[in-house]
Amino acid sequence: MPSIFAPPRLSSRLLAVWRRNFLVWKKLALPSIVGNLADPVIYMLGLGYGLGMLVPEVEGVSYIAFLAGGTLCYSTMNAATFEALYSGFSRMHVQKTWEAIMNAPVALDDIVAAELVWAASKATLAGTAILGVIAAFGFAASPLALAAIPVVFLTGLCFAALGLIMTALAPSYDFFMYYFTLFITPMTMLSGVFFPQSQLPDAVLGVANQLPLAHAVALVRPLLLGQMPQQIGFHLAVLALITVLAFWLALALTRRRLLN
Amino acid sequence: MPLQIDGLVKRFGTGADAREVVRGIDLHLVPGECFALLGPNGAGKTTTLRCALGLTGASGGSIRLCGEPVPERAREARARVGVVPQLDSLDPDFTCAENLLIFAGYFGIPERDIRPRVPELLAFAGLEGKENARIQSLSGGMKRRLTLARALVNKPDLLILDEPTTGLDPQARHLIWERLRRLTAEGTTILLTTHFMDEAERLANRLAILDGGRILTQGSPREVIAEHIEPQVVEVFGEWNGGGTGAAAWAAEHAASLSKRCEISGETAFCYTDDAAPLLAHLAHQPGLRTLHRPANLEDVFLKLTGRELRD
Repeated sequence: MPSIFAPPRLSSRLLAVWRRNFLVWKKLALPSIVGNLADPVIYMLGLGYGLGMLVPEVEGVSYIAFLAGGTLCYSTMNAATFEALYSGFSRMHVQKTWEAIMNAPVALDDIVAAELVWAASKATLAGTAILGVIAAFGFAASPLALAAIPVVFLTGLCFAALGLIMTALAPSYDFFMYYFTLFITPMTMLSGVFFPQSQLPDAVLGVANQLPLAHAVALVRPLLLGQMPQQIGFHLAVLALITVLAFWLALALTRRRLLN
Repeated sequence: MPLQIDGLVKRFGTGADAREVVRGIDLHLVPGECFALLGPNGAGKTTTLRCALGLTGASGGSIRLCGEPVPERAREARARVGVVPQLDSLDPDFTCAENLLIFAGYFGIPERDIRPRVPELLAFAGLEGKENARIQSLSGGMKRRLTLARALVNKPDLLILDEPTTGLDPQARHLIWERLRRLTAEGTTILLTTHFMDEAERLANRLAILDGGRILTQGSPREVIAEHIEPQVVEVFGEWNGGGTGAAAWAAEHAASLSKRCEISGETAFCYTDDAAPLLAHLAHQPGLRTLHRPANLEDVFLKLTGRELRD
């Protein structure tokens, strides 16, 4: 057997695995979309209009317009993370779906890659629906807002890859609570979702700027406001690099868990 | 050759913690035969299958599955193999028919080719009319049969079954056995693991008994029995009036002179002999003792070779 850190060897069979997950989602598409949509939209409208009364303008726009971009990013992060963690763990550990698939001419590499792309796809489906609501309320008027969709997909890939690392390590579902309380929730607070990062103390800002969610927000927020983001290439490159490194580690850990 | 394994070794862990689970196994399957791997828990049966399928790397030895070297071309080899795993891995989000359709997708079989075969596959598994049934509504036996149907979507040359009837009731076991016989009659090679001796005796053309990662013996069920054990068994149990308390006390005094070999397990003495008549005549005059006279079977060989201690 090659080293667990060997580069992935993928085949077109990963499409069949992606399709399996898509077909399950399709059966429950409406409740799934509503589930992914309701929470962020309630927060956005509640905080946006409620808090917006007290905060007339943030960075030159209304608070709810400011919040829209952050909401799209963190709900994408959540959708991808939940899929890679809870649903991925069900398929890998509880239902033995991966084990069954590996008896067919499909390699573990194909399965993990399909899970990555699927979680990002599901996050994009949810993100696009949220973008629709944002547009319906008039906070994504420019055609530039459509460019947020590929950014949402990349953000989904990035958080799916990070989530798959946790899935590869998890002894049970309870383990994921640490990931949320120690990583996801603090990141949401530090990445400029609810308030500008400029409000953070300098010592924290240095770290906060590196967070993947911060890069997603730096791209999506201007796009929704009809502006070209600054340093597009840099933010995209960081998200892509984290995706590649996290996927590589997730694959190695999954190989160690299932192929030894 | 459907499967050729030479000198297979599998170690888990490294250094001082290393455990050798498979210690030099050779297996050569002949096309169209049913071959059974027998062994107590932890003997290395499942690990051998996982190595053969390329799902875990061997530490030594060579494997060819359907003519392809494993693990190098395991994916190509698995395209011609069907697997019924030990644990249920049916997809609970899909119906019976969808389970077959989706699984065929993993083999790259287009839906237009597999859809017409679904009724035939379900009928083979005794699941006629269950196309739209949910997996949760199936009994354990039905799930196992659907897993068997799922393993046949690619019309495999070799079917591998890991403990196919564990946990099933007698009716379900007989149905599975009948279907497996039908498959071998049609030319499919079968490799199965089991710890049911009657299953191996009924189904297998050849078998191997494994323990501690080694093959202790292999051959046809009759050959294995003839080679390792006396043809007659008399089990003796109950109260003995000749002193002492039970069959063990009786055996200590008489078994050696009346049988070739005698094993005590719990309250029962197992006496192995070529001719049971003198022993039975003696026992007829021991009113407290009860006896069961039967021909030797695979279980006797198995217990002789692997011992009577519990394995967990």
